[in-house]
Amino acid sequence: MSNSAAQLAYLAPELVVAVGAVAVLALDILLPERSRRLLARATAAALLASLAAVWWLYAGEVAGRPERLFTGTLVRDGYSLFLDAVFLLAGILGALVSARYVDREGLQSGEYYALMLFAVLGMMLMAVSAELVTLFISYEILSLSVYVLSGIARGRAESAEAAMKYFLLGAFSSGFLIYGIALIYGATGTTALEAIGAAVMSRGLFGNSLLLIGMALVTVGFAFKVAAVPFHGWVPDVYQGAPLPVTAFMSAGVKAAAFGALARVLFTAFGSLSAVWQPALWLLALLTMVLGNTAAIAQTNIKRMLAYSSIAHAGYMLAGVAAYTAGDVALGSVLYYALVYTAMNIGAFAVVLVVGREGEGNQELSDYRGLAVRHPWVAAGMALFMVSLSGLPPTAGFLGKFYILNAALRANLIGLAVALVLASLISWYYYLRVVWLMYFIKPGEAPPTLSGAPSLRLAVGMAAVLVLILGLWPSAALNLAQVAALTVTAGGLPVIGRP
Amino acid sequence: MVPTIAYVIVSAVLFTIGVAGVLLRRNALIVFMSIELMLNAVNLSLAGFARQFGSATGQVFILFVLAVAAAEVAVGLAIILAVFRHRDTVDVDNMNLMKW
Amino acid sequence: MQWFLEIAWWIPLVPLLGAIANGLAGKRLGKTFVSTVGVGTVAAAFGLALGALAALLAVPGRQFQRDLFAWIPLGSPGAGGFGATFEAPVGYLVDPLAAVMILVVTGVGLLIHVYSVGYMGHDEGYSRYFAYLNLFTASMLLLVLANNFLLMFVGWEGVGLCSYLLIGFWYQKESAAAAGKKAFIVNRVGDFGFVIGMLLLFLAFGTLRFTEVNGLARPLVEQGMVTAGMITAITLLLFVGATGKSAQLPLWVWLPDAMEGPTPVSALIHAATMVTAGVYMIARTGALWALAPLSGAVVAITGALTALFAATIALTQYDLKRVLAYSTISQLGLMLLAAGVGAYTAAIFHLMTHAFFKGLLFLAAGSIMHALGNRIDLREMGQLRRRLPQTFLTFGVGWLAIAGVPPLAGFWSKDEILAEALALGTPYWWASGPVLWGIGTLASFLTAFYMSRAFYLAFFSDQRLDRHVEAHVHESPRSMTRPLWILAGLSILGGAPFGWQALGGGQTTLGAFLDPVWAVAAHGAPEAAHHAPVPNWVLMLFATGVAVVGILIARAGYRTRPFETPEPAQRTLGPFWAFFEDKWHIEAIYHAVFVRGGTALARFLAGPVDQGGVDRAVNGVAGAVGKVGTGLSRAQTGLVRSYAMSILAGAILVVAYFAFR
Repeated sequence: MSNSAAQLAYLAPELVVAVGAVAVLALDILLPERSRRLLARATAAALLASLAAVWWLYAGEVAGRPERLFTGTLVRDGYSLFLDAVFLLAGILGALVSARYVDREGLQSGEYYALMLFAVLGMMLMAVSAELVTLFISYEILSLSVYVLSGIARGRAESAEAAMKYFLLGAFSSGFLIYGIALIYGATGTTALEAIGAAVMSRGLFGNSLLLIGMALVTVGFAFKVAAVPFHGWVPDVYQGAPLPVTAFMSAGVKAAAFGALARVLFTAFGSLSAVWQPALWLLALLTMVLGNTAAIAQTNIKRMLAYSSIAHAGYMLAGVAAYTAGDVALGSVLYYALVYTAMNIGAFAVVLVVGREGEGNQELSDYRGLAVRHPWVAAGMALFMVSLSGLPPTAGFLGKFYILNAALRANLIGLAVALVLASLISWYYYLRVVWLMYFIKPGEAPPTLSGAPSLRLAVGMAAVLVLILGLWPSAALNLAQVAALTVTAGGLPVIGRP
Repeated sequence: MVPTIAYVIVSAVLFTIGVAGVLLRRNALIVFMSIELMLNAVNLSLAGFARQFGSATGQVFILFVLAVAAAEVAVGLAIILAVFRHRDTVDVDNMNLMKW
Repeated sequence: MQWFLEIAWWIPLVPLLGAIANGLAGKRLGKTFVSTVGVGTVAAAFGLALGALAALLAVPGRQFQRDLFAWIPLGSPGAGGFGATFEAPVGYLVDPLAAVMILVVTGVGLLIHVYSVGYMGHDEGYSRYFAYLNLFTASMLLLVLANNFLLMFVGWEGVGLCSYLLIGFWYQKESAAAAGKKAFIVNRVGDFGFVIGMLLLFLAFGTLRFTEVNGLARPLVEQGMVTAGMITAITLLLFVGATGKSAQLPLWVWLPDAMEGPTPVSALIHAATMVTAGVYMIARTGALWALAPLSGAVVAITGALTALFAATIALTQYDLKRVLAYSTISQLGLMLLAAGVGAYTAAIFHLMTHAFFKGLLFLAAGSIMHALGNRIDLREMGQLRRRLPQTFLTFGVGWLAIAGVPPLAGFWSKDEILAEALALGTPYWWASGPVLWGIGTLASFLTAFYMSRAFYLAFFSDQRLDRHVEAHVHESPRSMTRPLWILAGLSILGGAPFGWQALGGGQTTLGAFLDPVWAVAAHGAPEAAHHAPVPNWVLMLFATGVAVVGILIARAGYRTRPFETPEPAQRTLGPFWAFFEDKWHIEAIYHAVFVRGGTALARFLAGPVDQGGVDRAVNGVAGAVGKVGTGLSRAQTGLVRSYAMSILAGAILVVAYFAFR
């Protein structure tokens, strides 16, 4: 395809978000102080418009066949469209939960929303990247935005410290990532994913140490972003220190983006080397879910508990990637889980925001005692999200986990499947403890007053409805995920015929 | 002509020095400088590969890495400054408000 | 008529809608609304269930399956691997087995809902209570109507959830909250077995639909596609799930504590319905068990031993509800004994009659509590027959039914279980017919004895009421006594019409109705060696004799004599009494193994950390995991350099693995 304008049309969702980000920055300067609240709406509008563009591309049957853009640096396929939808969902829910908080804590709203949009843009670009340099730049767009976002509450020492930890460790691990890319380039002479895959096959680079080390370092770089053990150290501290809505947004969005990119790289470029990376991911998945879940039990701060829980969920998704042999079933299960996790995790954080008070107050587990007595709706929402996170039917979390189990079994990873079930059993303890506290313990002396912002309620409601729909009528979303996965597995190297 | 392997080795050594700096130094600024050293080690190996293949990809990549590094400096220094305002120190071993 | 089967999916849906209405709006709309919705929805479900039964009789093959929508498409157009495309549908299966179950659940459930209107009338959590109770009914109906394992699991977890909610209903009471927690943790162990078993089943069969699993089991094994060992593994894992739900050895510990909940809940959930889920699940997958004789034997002997074990404990209890709780465990053991030897009809028969008389006994116990201001200790009762005549008469019926006195309901079903156990047995000597029969008969004897002891201590003996209580003793309101009388009627008449043919050794009415369910499943199986070594009427006479002797011994010890400690049974049993009373030291053993072991493990893994507040076996396990978690999160020092070190270590390991694999 030569016509640049036509190529740009395929990138409509990304462009809308980019324009939206710049527009928010401009509005921040132009608008008078008192109408800054409009920025949140502008952000949501941009994200919704982008979602409409995704829908438009889906309707135009782009989803089925991959469209290579700009000499193959980008690829518009069902995979990237599905992930775009997940990021936009994370962004919309993130913007909704931010509105009241940004006002109350006096954060600079212009920078806040612009950075949020840039982060979404980075995620979306990661999903369409078909080439490692583009991928790296998108990764950095995302990373730099969230580093700043996590430190944006400059008035609190915790926020600044979280930003610093995130930044230093993130830059450190992106050093590994980029070194890995350089080595892969050195081994194959190209940075395009499909060309790398072809080079591995045609030149028989199965034992090339440059390539293998490069692949390992790239894996490490992404493992850091998805919060896999032992690259997880930053997660609890950053999640706790960052402003709550930022934590909500990045816990789901960044993880989905990193998984999307990791899976695309491994499936497209290194499918023929799956015998090498599959066992490593297997072990990472095991460590991640066991450590995440066990450490979460010991937490008393709900943000920190959810941080460890997010580590555990990275483990489940890693198990889905490790089930490479199951092909599109494996990839589809990861995509579906990313969607489900976004809905239920941001939902849970939204409830934490509802209960929370100024300056990150009211975030201890004990603040949830007896919530059901005074605020049955909020408690019911939280109970739903906790049940979903713990993977019990009939919620979305159950299906997500079930699909990953299905993929793991198809790939003959029976041990990993059993470990996944065991790890979930552990997780039931701490998730349902929250339900326990809300329903079975007498409320404390000072009953929590809730923040009743309509935007927050809308976010909780949206997430709850999604969790229920994805649990009860998942067929549509599952089919989309499956088709999206197929564009990668079928568009890349064939699954059969590996050495 | 210098063989490509020499570039690779020197860049690996530089990278390792950078990693060691991150692990051993306590001043956030020096940690940050060590990270920059890691990035430049990568640039060196990219230059070597680009020369070997005679392709522009590697050199373009270097430019992008430099640009990203510059952006990181801007963000990183701002963050370190923000921490300094609260704590009057940039010693990374003092940054443990949140743990466990 | 077919129409009733088409709309059978409304049976669980109606109570669910009731639960939603009561949960969200009940508090605002008042008690009349709550009672109407709560009772009305269950009544509607009962009507629909009756209609479904009538319609089923007209369906050829007596099986009706319908998928409502494709819930989880598991197939994939692109992937290979085992199994073709598969869907887990949201669908239901109505066959004689399911029909009996939904009738029992909605019928007994309806009576208990009505009873609750009076019993819970003054509780401030009235609407919450009915919301939970309706939700429970909906989940239980989903469990028995589901046409595949996955959907059944939804119901399985649903009833579990409601059970914890209702056990901990009075959460202001420390012990109630603790009991709910205990039930929750113990059941997780069972669920683990269930989930793994289900996954293995899916792996082996490529389907989770009951009809397909039952139909495929024998062909697949005969063709060598699935090994017999696999079937044994699957069934044993499923059995672990059943022991959790049905409170069998070794996972029985939660049920006695579950009596902390309101009494109608004990009647509905912890006696009549939910705890029978394990029995139902085994019966539902009968074809699998037919291929795994070892699993069957394990089930049978576990059931038999549990029946005996729980009966010995029951005879030392003073808390009337606990006596009933242990007797429930014991009777569930008998049902599993029957299921283990493949006598599913007998198991379901006893499940049904047990729902009648155990529901009755619990509700009558609730009526006593109501009259005595929540006192339930047998030592503080006596001579209640004059003050509570209706409760006395109905409890008496339940007592004779559970003791196995002909011609009450319990006699027929219990006799059928024992006769089938003797006739069928299992191929293993440790679970052969005579062994199972012997243990079962001994358990029945003890049952007759301890139930009579409780009965005489409560209604006869000497008057030991507290003076303040005595002034206020009153018979319960009609909304409570009417369900008692209906259940008493069912306990008298609910057995003979279905099982009287057993007198002559012929096929019973219930058998004629239910047996085809397993005949289809076991198609092609070698004819089970059904030889009755002793004519059935001889066994019946013997069983009656055992029951009467048990009752007479108790009568001699407790009827007229004033109560004193040590009581007659205690004097006779000597040291055994203490042994039984201490639950065969099993809780102590759990404590030693799990708490001490767990704590030691935690100390080993996590270093010395605070270890207060751990007192029970189940808490011990949870506590141990929690301590490991604390230990692990101590590694989270908050220091950037240690995190960087861990990243580097991880990177080196990954690189080393990739490069030098």
